[in-house]
Amino acid sequence: MASTLKASGLSKSFGTFKAVQDISLEIKEGEVLALLGENGAGKSTLTNLLAGVLSPDEGEIWIDGNETQFHSPMDAQAAGVSVVFQELTLAANLTVAENIFMNRQPTRWGNLIDWRKLRRQSREALERMQLKVRPTDLVADLSIGQRQEIEILKAITSNPKIMILDEPTSSLTEDEIRLLFDNIRRLKAEGMSFVYITHHLHEVFEISDRVMVLRDGRHIATRPTVELDENAIISLMVGREIQDLYGTPSAKNLAAKPVIFRAENISLDGQFEDLSFAVRETEILGISGLVGAGRSEMALSLFGMPHLTSGRVEIDGKPATIRSPGEAMDAGLGYLTEDRKNIGLFLSFPIRANMVSTQLKRFTNRLGAIEGRKTMAFTQEAMGAYNIRNATPEKPVGALSGGNQQKTLFTMWMSKHPRVLIVDEPTRGVDVGAKSEIYARIREFADSGHGVIVISSDMPEIMGLCDRTLVMHQNKIVGDLNAEDFSEERILSFAAGINPWTKETCL
Amino acid sequence: MKMPPLLKRTLAQREATLTLVILVMVVSMTFASPYFASWLNAESILLGMTVEGMITIGMVILLVSGGLDLSVGSTVALGGVATGLLLTAGVPVPLAIGLGLSVCAMVGLVNGVLIAFFDINPFIGTLGMLLVVRGIVLIISGGQSVLNLPESFTAIGQSKLFGLQFPIIFLLVLTLVWDVVMRNSRFMRQSYYVGANEKAARVNGINVELVKVLNYVIISVLAGAAGIFFAARLGTAAVTVGTGIEMKVITAAIIGGASLSGGTGTIIGAFLGALFMGILSNSLNLLGIDIYWQNFITGVTLILAILAGGARPNWLRRKAAA
Repeated sequence: MASTLKASGLSKSFGTFKAVQDISLEIKEGEVLALLGENGAGKSTLTNLLAGVLSPDEGEIWIDGNETQFHSPMDAQAAGVSVVFQELTLAANLTVAENIFMNRQPTRWGNLIDWRKLRRQSREALERMQLKVRPTDLVADLSIGQRQEIEILKAITSNPKIMILDEPTSSLTEDEIRLLFDNIRRLKAEGMSFVYITHHLHEVFEISDRVMVLRDGRHIATRPTVELDENAIISLMVGREIQDLYGTPSAKNLAAKPVIFRAENISLDGQFEDLSFAVRETEILGISGLVGAGRSEMALSLFGMPHLTSGRVEIDGKPATIRSPGEAMDAGLGYLTEDRKNIGLFLSFPIRANMVSTQLKRFTNRLGAIEGRKTMAFTQEAMGAYNIRNATPEKPVGALSGGNQQKTLFTMWMSKHPRVLIVDEPTRGVDVGAKSEIYARIREFADSGHGVIVISSDMPEIMGLCDRTLVMHQNKIVGDLNAEDFSEERILSFAAGINPWTKETCL
Repeated sequence: MKMPPLLKRTLAQREATLTLVILVMVVSMTFASPYFASWLNAESILLGMTVEGMITIGMVILLVSGGLDLSVGSTVALGGVATGLLLTAGVPVPLAIGLGLSVCAMVGLVNGVLIAFFDINPFIGTLGMLLVVRGIVLIISGGQSVLNLPESFTAIGQSKLFGLQFPIIFLLVLTLVWDVVMRNSRFMRQSYYVGANEKAARVNGINVELVKVLNYVIISVLAGAAGIFFAARLGTAAVTVGTGIEMKVITAAIIGGASLSGGTGTIIGAFLGALFMGILSNSLNLLGIDIYWQNFITGVTLILAILAGGARPNWLRRKAAA
């Protein structure tokens, strides 16, 4: 097969930090190259070099055998390289059609937009990708997954030779992922090439032809996917063997432990009704289900955002009235959001200010002033304990990698010692190394006499980490599986609303 | 009950609801006051809103692209005074107007460059320019209004065309033209992308700086033109004219459906917003309501308009999107 894109000796430094060193790669026509590496390995810098967002200090890029230089993303696009970035680049107030053809709307009579043609072209593009969205829908009214699909479609309609997808599935539902993969396979057959960046290894095996692994800005290996297995990839990525990503559960006799958290017939008007469950001391309880099954809504509501409309919540056997996050925290509940950038962290604040933000009282002296020395000591200790590297306490959290941001969030909540901690998608957008550390922390926290509720769409995570899992489907708890009954098929079946044993509908 | 999508979409548009509100106001005022439903009163409402109306067009364009201009009131005065001074110095009318507008365009250029290239917050940058420009007006005029403007000039503000005062016609034409342009021209459509998601606009090859600077120039020229019309109508270019007008204009733009967070707003909406404010103030006068109540009522209306637009706490909105 002919190679579509070739790069040799690409290097890029920021100050003294060498983000990418001497990387060469080749992408063949109609192949999917998975680009893997921990956060900070140089994936995004390499992507930005290929996409024209950054210019390399050294090295060359050839497209179809011609050497090219990109000075802007528009240059790269004109040469046939399109990127779908992780952050969405859509204009929410405008229609789907205007977003797909952003700044490329068909015009007539000089500069006037040909709306009919725009709608027709959009409809054709949407149909080709089997997306059930109308060209006239507002992007603001779409789900996160649909927005991601529009983002990808936007890149596809510029007819690139090479498409770079940066974690395209992070906000997609199972069905949407399947549809995306079908589309990738079809476009591949038409000769389009893909660079596919992901943290989900099972996706690598499902969709990629070759795997390229980066570590510390260097090229480690490029191999055909069929020659690798999950452990081989992980050890290439982290440079050491991670024996067991999820750690080993400690021996605990859960049945003998007291119930630490109980929710009885809890309801939120218009969302869910009469849900009940309990968590025992030291237990890690999973809540799985598809995106949109109502998991986060339930968790947020337990935390008072918005508060439950009826039902009973008990913590350590005592009834707790929770009408706001403040009351939830006082009652001994912690909630670690899935949306760390928007509601989890103060991105522009230093690590120090974030770390103490859940428990300001502890760091306030009698005059009401926050004690700088105390917060500094606490932050340094926490950063050491959580292995938050390459940063000082004064660094804004927004400048950290996803993994380090997530670790900061964990420190904020765990150091407050809530009796029960709810963690929502604890490892979204986090690399393997940080993942294993976060899992170890969760286990440690539970073992020290707390309860943990883990909401996750990542099935291996639920099965590897939890003692038990509930499965939600359409705002109802339809399944309750103990660790010995865990299997991907059973959880998926419950999530789809079908009892895996009786094959009956759960509703 | 399921509404047909088209009807639902239409009702969701601010222009439709605002038109309805205006119609209700007109009908009830017709019953409440014998003077309201007359040609003379209609003309006085329209004439009274020409200055605000013209600037609101510019403000909506600016809000759409994520900007804001507090210096428009000073620019109104600058347009009138600069043109007036040139006229009294004997410069021919067309040239004087052209130069007056150019001076105002410079104000927009400075605003735009400060905001687009020096990354100064629009609120702060244009607040500074509000004072700078008002200062310039006072300096060049020596604090004296320019009196006795020539008749060949005042004719612009006082003559009639098709039985309508010329400034009214100008406002209507301006509204229609700008509405078509903002809706349909790919060039001006860039403003919506810039306002909705600046980074996305940049990645998609839009010259964000150009769009921003141009929009500040547009609003300043519109403000200058409004000032020139106003001076022509009065026969005097007053140095104090336009004080506080920025807040009225922003209010009209927001009532008309624009948003401070950018990416939304239409020119028809701008016109309707200004018209609404004009009718409101006219009605309060006719009903003999104390002038002191007018600010109060306008403020309440603004807040109600925002609430009607579905203001919700952020996290609720996020949930609805998920």
